Amino acid sequence: MNKNKGWMVLLTMLLITSLLAACSSGGGSSQAGEEISTDPADIKGEITVLTQRTDIVDTVFKDYAVEFNKEYPDVKVNFQALADYEGQVKIRMSTKDYGDVLMIPTSVPIADIPDFFEPLGTYDELKDKYTAIEERMVDGQVYGIPTVITFSGIIYNKQVFKDAGIAEVPKTPEQFQAALQLVKDNTAAIPLYTNYASGWALTQWEADLPTVAGSVDYVNIDQPNTDENFVAGKPHYELYKVLYDAAKNGLIEKDPTTTDWESSKADLANGKIATMALGSWAITQIQGLTDTPDNIGFLPFPTNASDVVVPLAADYNIGMNVNSENKPAAKAWIDWFLAKSNYAVEQGGGMSADKNAELPPILDQYKDVTFSTLTPAKEGQEGLVDKIDNEGEIGLWQPDFKKRIIEAAIGNRSESYDDIMKDLNDKWVKARTELTK
Amino acid sequence: MKYLKISNWGYSAQRIFIICAFSIIPLALLFTFAYLPVINMFQYSFTDWNGYSKRFDYVGFENYTRIFSDPEYFKVFIVSLYYFVATFVQMGLALYFATILSFKIRGKNFFKGILFFPYLLNGVAIGFIFLFFFKPDGTLDTLMQAVGLGQYTQLWLGNPNIINVSLAGASVWRYMGFNFIIFLGAISSIQKDVYEASDIDGANRWQQFRHIILPSITRILQLNLILAISGAISAFDIPYIMTDGSNGSETFVIQTVHLAFKYGKLGLASAMAVVLLFIVILVTLVQRVTMKGEE
Repeated sequence: MNKNKGWMVLLTMLLITSLLAACSSGGGSSQAGEEISTDPADIKGEITVLTQRTDIVDTVFKDYAVEFNKEYPDVKVNFQALADYEGQVKIRMSTKDYGDVLMIPTSVPIADIPDFFEPLGTYDELKDKYTAIEERMVDGQVYGIPTVITFSGIIYNKQVFKDAGIAEVPKTPEQFQAALQLVKDNTAAIPLYTNYASGWALTQWEADLPTVAGSVDYVNIDQPNTDENFVAGKPHYELYKVLYDAAKNGLIEKDPTTTDWESSKADLANGKIATMALGSWAITQIQGLTDTPDNIGFLPFPTNASDVVVPLAADYNIGMNVNSENKPAAKAWIDWFLAKSNYAVEQGGGMSADKNAELPPILDQYKDVTFSTLTPAKEGQEGLVDKIDNEGEIGLWQPDFKKRIIEAAIGNRSESYDDIMKDLNDKWVKARTELTK
Repeated sequence: MKYLKISNWGYSAQRIFIICAFSIIPLALLFTFAYLPVINMFQYSFTDWNGYSKRFDYVGFENYTRIFSDPEYFKVFIVSLYYFVATFVQMGLALYFATILSFKIRGKNFFKGILFFPYLLNGVAIGFIFLFFFKPDGTLDTLMQAVGLGQYTQLWLGNPNIINVSLAGASVWRYMGFNFIIFLGAISSIQKDVYEASDIDGANRWQQFRHIILPSITRILQLNLILAISGAISAFDIPYIMTDGSNGSETFVIQTVHLAFKYGKLGLASAMAVVLLFIVILVTLVQRVTMKGEE
């Protein structure tokens, strides 16, 4: 009897503890349904902004907050910079606590975006104001606006090109290989730095696909509807052939497995590296490391296509946590950040998503080049490329097969370039059949 | 009301209460952070979850059939062989140092500290240290040139034939301290008078090792062997940080991580984790059975 009572007390206590615990975790009530006022004086609260820019979170972003508070004095803005942004945000998104304003991770499937993000407006409302908002759009609602519009190609050191005796900027893959060879023969610089070890830097090559294809339609329209994605003569084959040939001819760094991204920027700035395939966002970072920033140039990716098309692409899209408790304040920050911070040009090394923005001065020499955003996928095919890519474990935007190409080119693998392309194409065809049947 | 006061309870009721009260928190932690994730992992392994969606479908054994029907997924176990071989080097060194340092020698504690230190370091830090170590013209190459072995320098990570040897070497450096400290503990529990007796009988150091130390620590030796082998099968941190599995250094766990987070195949990756779990359990069981037979 005595014993049983003891157990009862114990069980009761357990029950109470668990109830209390449940209460405290469910305690935070949301302010949903509140009247939304747009008057800056009415907007108050504390918001947390997540950013991938660990380098400027304590300097530039602090200044933004000061400027922002001049207009919205009652909003307190906190910043959190994540070093491995994509990886860490992904884990935090399984809870409700992932800041109020954040960059939408590129790996979130488009269809799942409404579960995590608050719509910022309809497409019709925003399409005249911003470029490239189609990318993160679900059912006519826009969930993210690009913080920066970047363009991709080859970043090179003009002084090294001059020392190597390259008279004219290379336009075709043949001219490009010849230029790299000249750099190797006539200077001490590494002709093409792959940044193999960092991995992600290799994914930058994929952004140049539209230039090789010579068309903004290829990526989202043609690609998902072809079984010949990696076949000789097709854009993917030609694009990575440039990488393979350069590696094969010894025009890359001596040991790719030990490359270092941070020092590579300084090396390009100081003429120890001639070229790297990157996005324009890297230009400001590289220029910041040298006394002669004018030496850093940009050239469109070498192509045989008749029209030179440099794709404009959205960098991270800024979005709002659907669980945010201070949505008006978060929205205010997003609007202010896009319109007034000038982040896109000064920190992002690209241009603003604002439709009226002008091309940056580094592009002055390319009057005959078309800068354009990609054509969105046809209705019913949104996200299809990603689905095929994941299903086939190809990794268009992953470093894996680029590493494989480099390894094969420097003789670390027994397969040829054509073997790799055939393997990728087989995976592509298999996954595509699987998904479209 | 009388029963609300714990001191009024009988002795055994109080005892049970105290035992339960003290074990609630550790048990809750154990369940939340050890068992619940494993249960979830089993659940995910039967789905096509991509890691994000609030929805997922159950696909039955499709993930498992995929793993077992595609040799691509199992090929990477060849890399584990390197770590498996390194395991024996690691245990040999650990045993050697533990034996030496259990005898009276000068600077004993200093050497103990040095040998155990790498195990305390963060794996990420070790990865970066060894990246610099293996770089062309890095620490290792400089060292070899200094002692006149310059012509034998290699691309330690660039050469696919030796990359796994290099990585396994770094792994040995890191984990040897752990084996060492366990061996040391086991050896120091041997009674001193046994040594004295053997000294009187004229036994030398090797004989003492062979006939006193080794038989006394067989159990610990087996335990370390099991730990080291399951460690070799699930080798992850050193190759992941240093090379991200590129250039032929991909292990099974790296492959799992890539599938889950690069290709959004959390279901398939969970199934692979389950398979790995069973392989480790199987290896451990086989070892226990064969070891028992020896007794």
